[in-house]
Amino acid sequence: MASTILAVDDSASMRQMVNFTLKGAGYSVVQAADGVEALEYARAHSVDLVLTDVNMPRMDGITLVKELRGLPSYRYTPMLVLTTESSQEKKMQGKQAGATGWIVKPFNPEQLLATIARVL
Amino acid sequence: MSLDLEMEEIFKIFFEESFEGLDLMESSLLNLDVNADRETINSIFRAAHSIKGGAATFGFMEVSNFTHGVETLLDEMRNGTRPVTPDAIQLLLQCVDGLREMIKAVQAKTPIDTQRIATLSDEVAQLLARHPGRPAAPAVQAAAPAVVTSAVVVPPLAPAADSAPAFLEGGPGWVIQFQPHPDMLRTNNEPLRMFAELERLGRLRVTADVGAVPPLEELEVDACHLKWRLELAGAVEKHAIEEVFDWVDANCSISYEYCAGQGAAPVGATPPAAEPAAVAAEAEPAAVATPAAAAAGAAPVAAAGHKGPADAGSIRVSTTKVDHLINLVGELVITQSMLSRFADGCSADELDKLREGLTQLTRNTRELQESVMQIRMLPISFAFNRFPRLVHDLSRKLGKKVELKLSGEGTELDKTVLEKISDPLVHLVRNALDHGLEKPEVRLAAGKSETGVIELAAFHEGGNIIIEVKDDGGGLNKARILSRARERGLVGADAELSEEQIHNLIFAAGFSTAETVSDVSGRGVGMDVVRRNINDLGGHVQIQSVEGHGSTIRIRLPLTLAILDGQLVRVGSETYVISLVAIVETIQAQRDRINTVPGGAQLFRLREEYIPIIRLYDLYGIEPDSRAIEDGLLVVVEAEGRRYGVLVDDLLAQQQVVIKSLDTNFRQVRGLAGATILGDGTVALIVDVTGLVHVFNESFAAGETLAA
Repeated sequence: MASTILAVDDSASMRQMVNFTLKGAGYSVVQAADGVEALEYARAHSVDLVLTDVNMPRMDGITLVKELRGLPSYRYTPMLVLTTESSQEKKMQGKQAGATGWIVKPFNPEQLLATIARVL
Repeated sequence: MSLDLEMEEIFKIFFEESFEGLDLMESSLLNLDVNADRETINSIFRAAHSIKGGAATFGFMEVSNFTHGVETLLDEMRNGTRPVTPDAIQLLLQCVDGLREMIKAVQAKTPIDTQRIATLSDEVAQLLARHPGRPAAPAVQAAAPAVVTSAVVVPPLAPAADSAPAFLEGGPGWVIQFQPHPDMLRTNNEPLRMFAELERLGRLRVTADVGAVPPLEELEVDACHLKWRLELAGAVEKHAIEEVFDWVDANCSISYEYCAGQGAAPVGATPPAAEPAAVAAEAEPAAVATPAAAAAGAAPVAAAGHKGPADAGSIRVSTTKVDHLINLVGELVITQSMLSRFADGCSADELDKLREGLTQLTRNTRELQESVMQIRMLPISFAFNRFPRLVHDLSRKLGKKVELKLSGEGTELDKTVLEKISDPLVHLVRNALDHGLEKPEVRLAAGKSETGVIELAAFHEGGNIIIEVKDDGGGLNKARILSRARERGLVGADAELSEEQIHNLIFAAGFSTAETVSDVSGRGVGMDVVRRNINDLGGHVQIQSVEGHGSTIRIRLPLTLAILDGQLVRVGSETYVISLVAIVETIQAQRDRINTVPGGAQLFRLREEYIPIIRLYDLYGIEPDSRAIEDGLLVVVEAEGRRYGVLVDDLLAQQQVVIKSLDTNFRQVRGLAGATILGDGTVALIVDVTGLVHVFNESFAAGETLAA
């Protein structure tokens, strides 16, 4: 069965881009527009990987990772945060929250797939 | 679907959300004028951040580069390291405009106004540089960040040299000592995967040290007790290895040792900071942004989740489809009322069931009609949203202090009505700012607060929507209006006008009392056009004004143009529909209150006012029950600020009617807004009150002017 990836971004075009790239590579994708929505979904369903933006309304990506790591069923789920090239601080925050790693924005589809292949 | 089409779709979403983001930035920036709270600044920052990120991802580098400076500015503001000043807000607003133009150009594939963008970029850079205690940051930052290696270098567990040469076979290679912290696995960083990554770089030998693994009963399954010695053969650059461990460098101890081998020069053995440009994955956007997608085949899914409240879960449908649907529902309403009438005529037992079914059909039809009508409804915020910016810009230009208050933004009305009311509203708000509100010093002298208030409110009243534009400015100057109107010959020199009539003069064509014609409110061609547009929508405009205290313009509009709350009236054998909005009251006419004026027109004395009597049977050539005025009823209607009495034989029911266009089914007839089909299948004509009054006035064109 195809791995399910939860893609979290407040920008519809980024979600679409991620969705399009991942589906093309055979993953199944669930989208959420912010941390609250993602957390809600993740509590009720199981996903194999979480890919989240950092800057989002309602709940940011770092908090989302922290919250998810606190759930027993997400202790070992790979979680990647999308960060910008300059946010070393965010990377550290992400790590401390329990993120597996990060993908640097802007990314191209090949990079995205390569990075995901690294953890799935 | 092809890859290109797929990307076009995604671009389209990007453009849409960028414009939405810019709108949000604009309205929030305007909000900062009043209160600069953290969440507002945060949301502006997020919008800029998303635009920058998306633009970089999709390869719109000009947009991304320009937004970078804006984002930096906003970042400093939200961190509290930069004060939120009016000048900064003004500059950011200009940047929003610039960005909007730039994205429009990208979308239309037309050249970008690089001159303007460069100027704005400079201004942003200057502002960034001006702030004390901060390095002057250029608007477009080109420097790639150096990779900071936070690895704690521990002494090698074993001398690198002992077994390495055997595996490395004398060639160049690396010996890596890797000791994860016990909690590393909790972030799901799996050493095996990292090793697999390393294996792609070169030949790899892995030796695990299991010495630290505790006895089984003490073993914590999610703690990592292993350490590894990794030998990687090949001329591999150090940063490539570091990248593999980049995600865990804070959760492990790691050391790298280079074995040069025989004669091979070390590759990339210099400290990483000296070669930042080579860090591929960390490079600046320009290096990696490619809009091309990797794979095809995925169908576009309508963007899920929430964006603006107006866009929540929406779909785009062409208005013709919606109109067709509305038309069909209209037909259904008519059919239903026909069936209901038919059932009324029968009385047999089995008809009870038919009645029951019809009752249900009636209810379903009504609900269906209401929800179909809802499709065309949009919140008035679509029209209101432009005002904060407009007021902000205008007040700066005019040197006035203004507070804009909006209320009832969620009130919904028909899309067509909404579109057509926008321009008149802009005109009214401009007028209120330009002519209504006084300059601060004048206000202070008059004992008012120096900040004027303009209120825009929308709410439902009956089956109508009311929009009010209210200011607390100087109010209408009656003396000035009257003298101007006399100058222009709009009223006779000795005419006695009520306050209301004087106020209504501002709606006359070619009337303007502004002392200087400004580039803000135009040349007085406005108010008559405003009223005409509102009348064309089946609406109604009223003005109330108190000198020294301000004015209120009240617009009453039907919720939709597709159905009408009508009063059915009978003239002879014909049924007409008059919009309830236009009707003031209906009275029994007494002969002794009628005056005939020279020219043949008859006036009816309604309390203190004389109103002209319109006889529908004369205008449309019908034979009435009676020509005697006391036998009929006088429906008092209001049009263009004046009242008229429409003489009819009888009042019938009040009901909602579906408006059928005469233009498309027959031809346009002056004085009639359309037709409708009644339950009994007969056609009733819908009176366009304003048009009717024009027809009536023209028929007396030779006689006395009615304004007197």
